[in-house]
Amino acid sequence: MTWRGATVVGLHDETATARTLALAVHDWPGHVAGQHVDVRLTAPDGYSAVRSYSIASAPSSDGRIEITVERLANGEVSPYLTKELMVGDDLELRGPIGGWFVWRRDQTEPIQLMAGGSGIVPLMAMIRSRASAGSSAPFRLLYSVREPGAVFYRDELRALSDQNHSAIVTYAYTRVTPKDSPRPPGRIDAELIATGTWSPNLGPTSYVCGPTSFVENATDLLIAAGHGRENIRTERFGATGERK
Amino acid sequence: MAIISRGFAGRRSTADAKLPPGQYLTTDFPVLSAGPTPHISLDRWEFTIDDGSKVLKRWDWKSFRELPTESITVDLHCVTRWSKLGTSWEGVSLDALLSDVKTDLPYAMFRSYGDYTTNLPLKDVMNKQAWIAFKYDGADLESEHGGPARLLVPHLYLWKSAKWVKGMTLTPHDKPGFWENLGYHIYGDPWQEQRYSEE
Repeated sequence: MTWRGATVVGLHDETATARTLALAVHDWPGHVAGQHVDVRLTAPDGYSAVRSYSIASAPSSDGRIEITVERLANGEVSPYLTKELMVGDDLELRGPIGGWFVWRRDQTEPIQLMAGGSGIVPLMAMIRSRASAGSSAPFRLLYSVREPGAVFYRDELRALSDQNHSAIVTYAYTRVTPKDSPRPPGRIDAELIATGTWSPNLGPTSYVCGPTSFVENATDLLIAAGHGRENIRTERFGATGERK
Repeated sequence: MAIISRGFAGRRSTADAKLPPGQYLTTDFPVLSAGPTPHISLDRWEFTIDDGSKVLKRWDWKSFRELPTESITVDLHCVTRWSKLGTSWEGVSLDALLSDVKTDLPYAMFRSYGDYTTNLPLKDVMNKQAWIAFKYDGADLESEHGGPARLLVPHLYLWKSAKWVKGMTLTPHDKPGFWENLGYHIYGDPWQEQRYSEE
């Protein structure tokens, strides 16, 4: 797998600590929603550091991808990508990588997405892929965040949810809720699984992405609700993981 | 020729010398798994060795735990780039499990609860290179880290150290397992940086 040059063609902040990078990639071969890339930074003395980030954008043929990077306080790479990097800068990446945690446009079954924090990124690629392909696969997203200010892609998710009711978004706030929230802050529980996700009778495939504790809790709840473990795909990241 | 990243200094540490290329140090223990964590009760746990047609050896938890154990301190290297140094485990060596298995088959497919598989050359799990580990840091291995027992093959990337392991099938050819079928390297040596297959 070869390293490719990429030019930063756009930057915008998703939250106070997360930034989306739009990249024009030399000879980009295309990707499937859910895949990630390795990003390599090289210092003037030749020292380099590589981290993996999920692709946030839908597959397209224009050679561009977007990644959304959450800044980690003690990170080596994420502070550079979210604070130093400017439009016009070049970096290197390789990929796409990963063939398991993916949604393909020929999948027609109902899709249950469950995101914890920045785990939304590869799931957003799936939502965007569904929209750009004109797929009618029924999608639901259960999105767990600490507080309203931590939501990525808020306006776009609202628009997708409003214009086409087959992509339904439910938020779960773990620390602070918006004023109109019917539910007190707390992590996802069996009641929220019952009201905010597809019934196992519909035969959904579930994609769960987030920190380990979120994924362990969410998948245990899905299985307890009657979902088959073979229909649940996961991607986890630890406290130091810079993935996504 | 690499592209120089304007204003990027990076963070170097003296421990980098002990790390394979492209890895960085972590002190916690991240979890990476493709699906839900299976919770396996000890009374239905078993480990079997077969040759594709017949079972050669079988242990339940009680007979497995009667085998001689070893304390192991090793470095771990995950393909997602974190490394963790000096981890301590207790387990049964594959040498002990294979001691009276006579075979000419040169490869093994390890199988896990939850249907994970990973392939290894048999020579890579012999001669004190691999264990079925059931304690980490002095405590019973937690299910999210592969408990009750996982394969530990520390000289290869950690995806080869199959969590929730339940058996091994000896095979004549090296066939790709779960991640090896999804673009990851057939062998996975971190010191050679064998992360991905080349296609």
